[in-house]
Amino acid sequence: MNAHVSQDEMPREVKDVEREDLLRVDNVSLSFGGVKAITDISFDIKKGEIRAIIGPNGAGKTSMLNVINGFYHPQEGTITWQGKVRRKMKPYEAASQGIARTFQNVALFKGMTTLDNIMSGRSLKMHKNFFWQVAWFGPARAEEIEHRRKVEDIIDFLEIQAIRKTPVGRLPYGLQKRVELGRALAMEPELLLLDEPMAGMNLEEKEDMSRFILDVNQEFGTTIALIEHDMGVVMDLSDRVVVLDYGKKIADGPPEEVQASQAVIDAYLGVSH
Amino acid sequence: MLYDIFIDPFVQMVEMPDFFLQVLWEGFVAGILYALIALGFVLIFKASGVFNFAQGIMVVFAGLTLVGLHENGVPAFLALIMTIGVMGILAYGIERVVMRPLVNQPDIILLMATIGLTYFLIGFGEFVFGGEPKRMIAEELGLPTGSTAFEMGERGLVILQHIDIAAAVIAIIMVSALGVFFNKTRIGRALRAVADDHQAALSVGISLNQIWAIVWFAAGLVALATGIMWGARSDVSFALEIVAFKALPVLILGGFTSIPGAIIGGLIIGFGEKIGEIYWGGLVGGGIESWLAYIIALIFLLFRPQGLFGEKIIERV
Repeated sequence: MNAHVSQDEMPREVKDVEREDLLRVDNVSLSFGGVKAITDISFDIKKGEIRAIIGPNGAGKTSMLNVINGFYHPQEGTITWQGKVRRKMKPYEAASQGIARTFQNVALFKGMTTLDNIMSGRSLKMHKNFFWQVAWFGPARAEEIEHRRKVEDIIDFLEIQAIRKTPVGRLPYGLQKRVELGRALAMEPELLLLDEPMAGMNLEEKEDMSRFILDVNQEFGTTIALIEHDMGVVMDLSDRVVVLDYGKKIADGPPEEVQASQAVIDAYLGVSH
Repeated sequence: MLYDIFIDPFVQMVEMPDFFLQVLWEGFVAGILYALIALGFVLIFKASGVFNFAQGIMVVFAGLTLVGLHENGVPAFLALIMTIGVMGILAYGIERVVMRPLVNQPDIILLMATIGLTYFLIGFGEFVFGGEPKRMIAEELGLPTGSTAFEMGERGLVILQHIDIAAAVIAIIMVSALGVFFNKTRIGRALRAVADDHQAALSVGISLNQIWAIVWFAAGLVALATGIMWGARSDVSFALEIVAFKALPVLILGGFTSIPGAIIGGLIIGFGEKIGEIYWGGLVGGGIESWLAYIIALIFLLFRPQGLFGEKIIERV
């Protein structure tokens, strides 16, 4: 392997050296009227890593995800996606370029079954002519079957076979979060944005979810950016962490480094001015 | 009195079966037409959760455009195709000007917007086509006229208007096509997704704008079919807009999100109205046809608020 990497170095630093940028955020500022949500933030997400975004409540983490995902358009700064500066775009365009996400408050199609929810994640990948679809035979049928197979793989992977036909509105919260992850995976994204994937879960559910996130990262090579409040999870999962506070970046680096940073400790514990 | 309510009507039904059949047929046709209107509402409601107040005026507008074009010398079939084009432009315009700026607004705001749209279309329609009632160009479009009489036994006759038969056939075709469209296609799934959650739909790569334009166009086509059928039975005039309110009880019965529900609801209201009017109306001096539907709907609300086929209201607390 890489001879210049000594044995005792952490593997995540190897990633840093080798990987190229998947996404770069440069000097992005976002405000709503007079309220500044994000001020002059720059960071990068490298291909194949798990990047955590942390910070106290109201720090601008979700706003940051919304900017990456195309829901919000920053007033200043640029976003570079796979080496190209991105123009102002719609969320569905971001989706078609390979950015998938889950939401802080689960945003599933509640009336539809687990299967249909995950199938909806395939909508960008289905191209066959509309009239074939209506007729429900020929190439469209073959296509539907093929997508269905992919979806079944995801269902197996997430171990949710038993709730395949259940309307998701009836599922407990932890399972809903899992279905939402499944829908995002169905898009076969380059970059997966997870907004508090473990909020409101018990320990066991958190462990399951952590395992899924690691598996997705390692088996499919999907780059992941996640927001999470559980520091134990963040430290275990992530390769690098960016810390926001009041819309500003206060730290960026590997978990141990960030954990030791005085600015981060102050932000979380408060400091007397 | 009790005899008049509980026994006499049924005696009449049995004694004059031909007349009863005729009443049933009238009820069936009225029901199909109500169902067509309700269908337009269901389409928009399914895809955006909005009660489209403007569906009634869209029926009038589509009918007026078709007749207006023909009056100005456009051949009937070309006029039909052009009207479909106009409904497409209208759908795109509504999406662009009304829906797009209101993404993620509460439903009540969208409802108000459709009320605004109603008044715009009334004004615009009168400005372009004038306020006079017009005759629908049913014959020119090749719709059958005349009627067939079936003899019933020795003394009875049941008369079926051909236009009514055509209406029933067209309604059935439209309903099946829409059913397949919603349940079997990628766009259908996207429509349901959009109805459930705008943000989530966007995040999986569904374009709200495209979906809304499609669904308003589909509602426009349904409005056109409704306009032709209703227009052929009476006239095309702004008074037709009122029939849209008949769709309300139909929707309450059938459920706001169900296409088969719109059909069954329409039929129940249609049969109920005609039979009620003929056999029981006399007891209160007649004229119950105009309000009986609402009473049926009210009773229904007490027992099954989501309608016959509506989505069960699932709420995890």
